[in-house]
Amino acid sequence: MSSSTNSPTHHTSTIGAIGAPSRRNTELALLLFAVVIPVFAYANVGLAIDGKVPTGLLSYGLGLGLLAGVAHLGVRKFAPYADPLLLPLATLLNGLGLVVIWRLDQSKLLQSIGQAGNAAPRQLLYTALGIAFFVVVLIFLKDHRVLQRYTYISMFAALVLLLLPLVPGLGANIYGAKIWIKIPGLGSLQPGEFAKIVLAIFFAGYLMVKRDALALASRRFMGLYLPRGRDLGPILVVWFISILILVFETDLGTSLLFFGMFIIMLYVATERTSWIVFGLLMSAAGAVGVATFEPHVQQRVQAWLDPMKEYKLSQQGVGGHSEQSMQALWAFGSGGTLGTGLGQGHSDLIRFAANSDFILATFGEELGLAGIMAILLIYGLIVERGVRTALAARDPFGKLLAVGLSGAFALQVFVVAGGVMGLIPLTGMTMPFMAYGGSSVLANWALIGILIRISDTARRPAPAPAPSPDAEMTQVVRPS
Amino acid sequence: MNKPLRRIALFCGLLVLTLLLRDNWLQYVKADGLKDDPKNRRVTIARYSTPRGDIIVDGNPITGSTETSTSGLNDLKYKRTYKNGAMWAPVTGYASQAFGANQLESIEDGILSGTDDRLFFRNTLDMITGKDKSGGDVVTTLNEAAQKAAWNGLTKQGGKGAVVALDPSTGKILALASYPSYDPSTFAGNSTTTDAKAWQKLQKKYDPNDPMLNRALRETYPPGSTFKVVTAAAALENNLYSSADTATDSPLPYIMKGTTTELKNEGNIPCKNATMRVALQYSCNTVFGKIGSDLGNAKMLAEAKKFGFDSEQFTPVRSSASVFSDNMNSSQTALSSIGQFNTAATPLQMAMVASAVANDGKLMKPYMVDKLQSSNVDTIAQTEPQELSQPLSSKNAQILQSMMETVVKDGTGKKAQIDGVTVGGKTGTAQHGVANSENPYAWFLSYAKLADGSSPVAVAVVIEDSSANRDDISGGGLAAPIAKSVMEAVINSKK
Repeated sequence: MSSSTNSPTHHTSTIGAIGAPSRRNTELALLLFAVVIPVFAYANVGLAIDGKVPTGLLSYGLGLGLLAGVAHLGVRKFAPYADPLLLPLATLLNGLGLVVIWRLDQSKLLQSIGQAGNAAPRQLLYTALGIAFFVVVLIFLKDHRVLQRYTYISMFAALVLLLLPLVPGLGANIYGAKIWIKIPGLGSLQPGEFAKIVLAIFFAGYLMVKRDALALASRRFMGLYLPRGRDLGPILVVWFISILILVFETDLGTSLLFFGMFIIMLYVATERTSWIVFGLLMSAAGAVGVATFEPHVQQRVQAWLDPMKEYKLSQQGVGGHSEQSMQALWAFGSGGTLGTGLGQGHSDLIRFAANSDFILATFGEELGLAGIMAILLIYGLIVERGVRTALAARDPFGKLLAVGLSGAFALQVFVVAGGVMGLIPLTGMTMPFMAYGGSSVLANWALIGILIRISDTARRPAPAPAPSPDAEMTQVVRPS
Repeated sequence: MNKPLRRIALFCGLLVLTLLLRDNWLQYVKADGLKDDPKNRRVTIARYSTPRGDIIVDGNPITGSTETSTSGLNDLKYKRTYKNGAMWAPVTGYASQAFGANQLESIEDGILSGTDDRLFFRNTLDMITGKDKSGGDVVTTLNEAAQKAAWNGLTKQGGKGAVVALDPSTGKILALASYPSYDPSTFAGNSTTTDAKAWQKLQKKYDPNDPMLNRALRETYPPGSTFKVVTAAAALENNLYSSADTATDSPLPYIMKGTTTELKNEGNIPCKNATMRVALQYSCNTVFGKIGSDLGNAKMLAEAKKFGFDSEQFTPVRSSASVFSDNMNSSQTALSSIGQFNTAATPLQMAMVASAVANDGKLMKPYMVDKLQSSNVDTIAQTEPQELSQPLSSKNAQILQSMMETVVKDGTGKKAQIDGVTVGGKTGTAQHGVANSENPYAWFLSYAKLADGSSPVAVAVVIEDSSANRDDISGGGLAAPIAKSVMEAVINSKK
């Protein structure tokens, strides 16, 4: 908060951000890069595969430019003081994702097994919907604190979203994880992506109210502040739900994401390290416990420990085994430091989910170590801008919501990228913005929309103090 | 709330850092291993993305490449073809889209597919000039006429067998034939119907004749009487007998030391106190068994090792190690010295024995790749002949030559005689099976010497199994004519 530009004529002397730069022009300049880089990448793919600039280049460039422009105008109009980096970074990732999805559409192998072909136009449509959703969030969510009112409705909504895939006839088991629902005529939806946001709203609202009780009423034991038994209730409930997700939807990633998000928010709300210790112990106990009797989770762990064995089993036609983990590792290794160049790799060998869960492997092969490091840093920047927003927010609800969403985003990136790169067992989630899939694109644009709203509120110059109603009543005597 | 927020920021930063470290591990430290992993499909795709370089014999390619139609599931553009594939299979090995590659096709894969570092400059130049990457050629030492003679001889004979011919003065492999054989072009593609069926049919499980076994390099047989050449060399080198024509101290019948078992000869032949020349001429088991026993296990083993026994040869295609055992007692040594008991040799090994004798005692390292060329016939690597060892002195080698020449002139190897050429040789009939019940192996090893004293070729022939009746089988009868035709082919091609 700078006060150097204070206008002397104004009497608001404490917070003088009247002339504080909105940074909208910075955002516009960055957006230009975020559109031009994917357009070049698109041309690059076309030249590598067909030897000519792709015919759709102009419409693709215009389309992406138009979408970015709409998003920018929305921010300029409805959130003028928002963080200038979030929108360009998300646009860049989305644009690059589109290029690589289009690149995989060109793969004869994926076409012949029905895994690609017309994914890119659809993803462009999802992107348009996502950006529309983003603008709608900015228009209708004038103040993020409004969400506080929906704390318990959010809890209910989140539970419904999480349980939907288990409803018979609605849920769909895709590649072993039951995290999808099928809507006849519309396709499939991953409600977990939306549950992420709704749960963050619930946790933020709940923790804001309960944080004092959770933080202060505790006993000290071995250097740790132990919470009272009854305060343990909420964390136990969330832990239990995470375990249920793991058992019934067999998705380690979603389970880890929700529990991790809760622990982060709990820690921020109470400032008690003991919660983190508890959280880690509970997630470890839960994961190990479930892994002992859930064959799908066990198999994922086996595939992680020995991807080569898993590959050989799948080649021998043993059911339930997948060559994907090993194929992804080969894709990364074959990319090396600088990659093969866009359009020149063979990441389509991953076959199933090459353009969704495993899209990072294509980036790894074709853009190499350099490209992946840049992409990871872009994700890192988005997360850090989100945490920065939490730091700048003036209200505890906004702080908690911003850190919850950013933390969930960071965990998701870690779980997916770590899974594809063989750092941790593979889960059924996708890279935000880059992977093919409508739910993911829509939900993550909404997430960025909320972060932008919070950052706008945080950076907005404080309005002149409202005249005190008491003062008004005592000073102004109105004759009736 | 700001202190925990800063810590969360740090934690998220650590998550990203962990991913960055993992990526460096994967794409930098482990990259080459993953990239070149033979199971990584990209290796196969690269191998068949351009026409493969050729394997060349006498200036003509014996391999080729043909473009196939690529589609979604068939991502390999070029398919290997072979000319006279069955005859050359022991040399080339195979390069199959579906089943990988072996022997020369595998060992020189870097050159043939153009990925070898030694082609880097060439490839970079091609990239700048816009030419496609192209593989280099492997020029072999083989002699087409000799190979044909060997192959035709084996085919006509019809039993399992192998022929190896060497140039004694350099170690160049001139012929390398194995029968029955297989045509690698039948499974060069990746069709699940034709190629996979052809491959399956060739497996030992389905074809008891095991046509994919390279008998010339990878099968060891009891060498039988042909091993007596090694025993004679050991006797000369260790000064047990210093000439071919001094009478040996050889009783008949001969009871092996430490036993009551008599070592018998085949038929009634003049072996009592025979000279080594006569003993080799008639193939006396008693004389050479006693020589081995007299010299002892250690000296026999040392001599056998000098001829290349007990070690693998890399031609560069690996050959199995031939066997002469250690820690044998006197009677076992006697049996081993006439090529029975544990003694076993590859056809390549016995050709090396003949070639060392013919080359005045010097054993040259056998090799089949003369040079590697880039696609524009620049030589990338040239193999220089290399001396492996000297199993016997020049003087003793000449003594042994005169003995082997007697075998062909007056003894069991008459069928290998060639007009105007001095031929030295040794027959062998090795028994095998429980109580020698199975058909014996017929061996013949020989060399040819021209009028100027030079020796252009040494050959070993083995015929494994014959439907002919047991008494008819002998090295002289079955194997010697094949050796003769191979030697003639080499001599004629030199003219």
